[in-house]
Amino acid sequence: MNRKLAAIGAGAVLACALALPAALAEPVEETLSIDGVEMTTRTKAAEGLPFDDVLSGWLFREAETRALEADSFENPGMLYVERGEEIWNTVEGAAGKSCASCHDDAAESMAGVAAHYPTWDADSERPINIELQIDKCRVEQMGLEPYKFDAGEQKALTTFIKHQSLGEPVELDLGEGQMQSWWEHGKERYYLRTGQLNLACASCHEANSGQHIRADHLSQGQANGFPTYRLKQANMVSLHNRFRGCIRDTRAEFPDAFSDELMALEVYVTWRGTGLSVETPAVRQ
Amino acid sequence: MKLAKISLAAAVFMLPASIASAGDVVPPDEVMYEDFTVEASLSGASGNPDNGAEIFKNRKLGNCLACHINSAMQEELFHGTVGPSLDDVGSRWEPAQLRAIVADAKEMFGEQTVMPGFYSLSVGVNVAEDRVGKTILRAQQVEDVVAYLATLKE
Ligand code: HEC
Ligand code: HEC
Repeated sequence: MNRKLAAIGAGAVLACALALPAALAEPVEETLSIDGVEMTTRTKAAEGLPFDDVLSGWLFREAETRALEADSFENPGMLYVERGEEIWNTVEGAAGKSCASCHDDAAESMAGVAAHYPTWDADSERPINIELQIDKCRVEQMGLEPYKFDAGEQKALTTFIKHQSLGEPVELDLGEGQMQSWWEHGKERYYLRTGQLNLACASCHEANSGQHIRADHLSQGQANGFPTYRLKQANMVSLHNRFRGCIRDTRAEFPDAFSDELMALEVYVTWRGTGLSVETPAVRQ
Repeated sequence: MKLAKISLAAAVFMLPASIASAGDVVPPDEVMYEDFTVEASLSGASGNPDNGAEIFKNRKLGNCLACHINSAMQEELFHGTVGPSLDDVGSRWEPAQLRAIVADAKEMFGEQTVMPGFYSLSVGVNVAEDRVGKTILRAQQVEDVVAYLATLKE
């Protein structure tokens, strides 16, 4: 029934040529290379996922948006990479250190690192993402306060560090610590229906990926491009900000950034994109 | 009771010309679903298709275009494709069936449907504070939407 109805819907789009952004519900069949590095934007889905292939959000965007991401001179997110590099090299705090004091050249020390985050943090006994790892260094090594969530510097530094993994395939080690149980918790959360509209992440990004929800072309909701540069906001958007926005859109209260709930979701959602290249900073409409 | 008064006031406000004898509003948890239909008007009054069209496209109310194509509203940009096209839907379903679909699509299509229940309190967890205990549409608004859907015939 569902399928038949959906097919009728798709037929009607083509037939009546409404003002849809693109009449095709399918993601594009194109390849992405950035600075001469070929990105994996489509790859075989990890076992247990209901897709044959996992797809980068890039494939679902309009041609102009895709072109912006493909050209690092035009990509506005690259300004935040530059800003992040400055912060990396700036001495700050009681200990008189910068990130570079301990990690030297990020192009070497951070190459490929973020492709394996979130990772297990034995000290706090929970998964740690790049934002929280930055805070850990600030507090424990530099004598600084953690960043406020979504502070401009937090987004710039996170973007810079993730960019050092550009092209690297996402791969988590679920064998470490309690990662597996956080993954399970995240999976439950992914299928949990929230809010007055009664929708789960899966309602939009699994059952309806490829469809349009009003003007938006629904992707698989992958994490591999984050933080992403969002044209509408003319700013970087962090992953937890995106999660909170999607949850709010179901007309639900949304959890705090870096709460157990959103960290579990980050572990699980990142895992769903296993094998996709890190594309930070990806560009979105 | 309070709800009934509000809806009644809204009905009178929105439909000055029609229905003088608005009846009792059926609370969301007392709606009778039988054989995939809801026979009785939820507001006790009949619906106004013109109001229904407004509610249908209003992003804060029905926002039906988020998920459905409706060729009768070509002037509205961006129709979603999550659900089936609603072209000619008034020929496919009786008003009593349309009422059941809009009030609680899960009664009609099963638990797994992504279509929200517009007059239902069986919703997701952590509902936003300002929405707790409220339905997406009021009884009369559902009636108006149903009346509008019934006009979608080719
Ligand atoms: C009502 C529909 C809806 C629900 C429910 C929803 N999302 Fe989204 N999400 C969107 C839309 C629309 C976009 C923007 C277009 C796109 O990339 O799919 C988006 C984008 C995203 C992105 C960015 C993808 C990219 O490549 O930029 C992520 C990550 C994401 N969602 C995760 C989630 C998670 C996790 C949940 C559940 C907690 C969720 N979404 C629930 C509609 C939804
Ligand atoms: C979040 C998505 C979503 C929204 C919003 C939504 N619907 Fe639906 N609707 C669906 C889906 C999906 C179906 C198909 C039922 C199924 O198999 O799950 C459907 C089915 C229907 C049908 C049956 C169509 C047919 O041809 O059999 C009608 C009528 C309908 N919807 C009306 C509405 C109206 C009116 C509104 C707004 C008040 C609305 N819908 C809002 C997703 C949605």
